[in-house]
Amino acid sequence: MNQEILVAAEGLCRYYSDHCAVDNLELSVHKGEVLGLLGPNGAGKSTTMQMLTGNLAPSSGRIRINSIDLLDEPLQAKRSLGYLPEQPPVYRDMTVTEYLVYCAKLQGLRGDACQKALERALARCGLQEVRRRLIGHLSKGFRQRVGIAQAILHNPAVIILDEPTVGLDPVQIREIRQLIRDLGQEHGVILSTHILPEVQTICDRVQILNRGKTVFNDSLEGGDSLENIFFELVYQADPAAEASL
Amino acid sequence: MSTIWLIARTELRRMFTSPLAWSLLALVQFILAWVFLLGLNEYLTQVQPMMVGRENAPGMTDLVVSSLFLWAGMLMLAVIPILTMRLFAEERMNQTLTLLRTAPISITQIVLGKYLGLILLLTIMVAMLSLMPLSLALGTTLDWGKLAAATLGLFLLLASFAAAGLFLSALARQPIIAAVSTFGLLIFLVILYLSGNSQGSSSELFKYLSHFGHFLSFLEGIFDSSDLVYYLLFIIGFLLLTIRKLDNDRLQG
Repeated sequence: MNQEILVAAEGLCRYYSDHCAVDNLELSVHKGEVLGLLGPNGAGKSTTMQMLTGNLAPSSGRIRINSIDLLDEPLQAKRSLGYLPEQPPVYRDMTVTEYLVYCAKLQGLRGDACQKALERALARCGLQEVRRRLIGHLSKGFRQRVGIAQAILHNPAVIILDEPTVGLDPVQIREIRQLIRDLGQEHGVILSTHILPEVQTICDRVQILNRGKTVFNDSLEGGDSLENIFFELVYQADPAAEASL
Repeated sequence: MSTIWLIARTELRRMFTSPLAWSLLALVQFILAWVFLLGLNEYLTQVQPMMVGRENAPGMTDLVVSSLFLWAGMLMLAVIPILTMRLFAEERMNQTLTLLRTAPISITQIVLGKYLGLILLLTIMVAMLSLMPLSLALGTTLDWGKLAAATLGLFLLLASFAAAGLFLSALARQPIIAAVSTFGLLIFLVILYLSGNSQGSSSELFKYLSHFGHFLSFLEGIFDSSDLVYYLLFIIGFLLLTIRKLDNDRLQG
C-alpha cells in the first residue's frame, strides 16, 4: 500500500481549556482506503474529524490534505474535502435540489459541472424521488442521505463521515455501506461509527481511540475479532490510567 | 466575490421562503403608511393654511417626509433584531455552520455574504418606503435633495443596525438571545443620544457615539461626510468583530 497519502496528520493535540480531548494523534489515509475511526464516547473521534475538516483548530500538530497544509492554505486544502458531521448540516427550508445546488456552487462548481454533480449525487444516494421536497419534510434517514450527498457532491479526494448510517433503515444501511465501499475505491474515506460489524464489512484499516490516544491501528485481515480487540483495549486501559493518576 | 454574492442571494431567498420577511415587510409598510397619511392629513388641514403667505415656510418634504423617516428609523429598532437574530445564532443552533466552514470559502466571505443578503432585504424595505413620499410628486413639487438625503440616511441607519445585529447573532447560541441583546444595544444608543441632548448634562461625545444623532442631520437634509464616515466605521467595526468572533470559535471550540 504505497499509494499517495491523502490525509496526513502528525502530532495532533487539542485541549478544551485544561481537558485534553486529543493527545498527540497520528493519522494517515491512502488513496483507495477506508479508515474506520472507533472509540468509546468522548474518545475524541468527533474532535479529530472537526480538526481534519478545518472546523476546529488543533492546539498543536500538522494536517496535510492531499499534500496541502490545511492550516497554511485552508481554502486550497478544503477543495479536496467532503465532510458529513454528526448532525447533517442541511437547511430545512430549502428543497433537496436547491440545497445541493447551493453546496455545489459553494464548492466552486458552475453551470454544466454543477448540474452533472447534482445528478450524480442524487443518483448515488437514491434521492431522485424526493428531489423537489423540502428537506424539513423528509424523514431522518433521507436527511442523512442528503448530508452524504452534500459530502460527495464535488467528488473530493478525501471524504470524512461521522456516523453516516445513524437513523437509516436496514435496506438504506446496506446501500450506504455499498456506497462507502465504492467511494473507497478512488477516494480516501475516514469513517467514525459505533457499529463494530459495520467497520468489519467496510473498513480496510481500523484506528481505535481511547481518551484521545491511538490504542490500535491496523488492518483487519484475519486474527482476532474486532469486538475482542475493542473491549480488551478500551477496558484494559482503564485501570492502568487510574493507577497512574 | 461571486461566492459572497451566492451566499447573499441564498440568504435572501431563504428569508422569503419563510413568512417572516413577508410579514415584516407588510407590517412595516402598513404602520408607516398610516403614519404617512396622518402626517399628510395634518399638513393639509392645519399646517398649510397657517403657512400661506409666509416666506421660507417649511414645505411638504420637511414636515411629512422627515417625520415619516424618523418613524421608520424608530420602528426599525424593533424590526432589525428580528431579521438579524437568525443569521448566525440559528445556524449555530442547527449546527449548519459546518457546511460553510468546510467549504473552500473564507470566514470573511461568509460574513460579508450574510450581511449583503440582509442589506438586499433592507434595500427592498427602504425602496418600498420611499414610494410613499415619491407618490406626492404627482401633486406637488418635492425637495428632491432633502428626500435623497433622508433616504440615504435611513439606509445607512438600517445598515448600521444590521451590522450590530449580525455581530450579536454571532455571539449568541440562541436566536432569541441575539434578538434581545441587539434590541438592547440599539435602544441603548438611542438613550445615549437623549442623554447627550438633555438639559444640564449634555455631552457632545454621547451625541457623536449614538447613531441617531447622525440620522437626524440626514433628515434635515444635511449630507455631512463625517456622518457618512461614522456609519461606515460603525458597520466595518462590527463586521470585523464578527469575523474575529467566528475565527475565534474555530480556535476555542
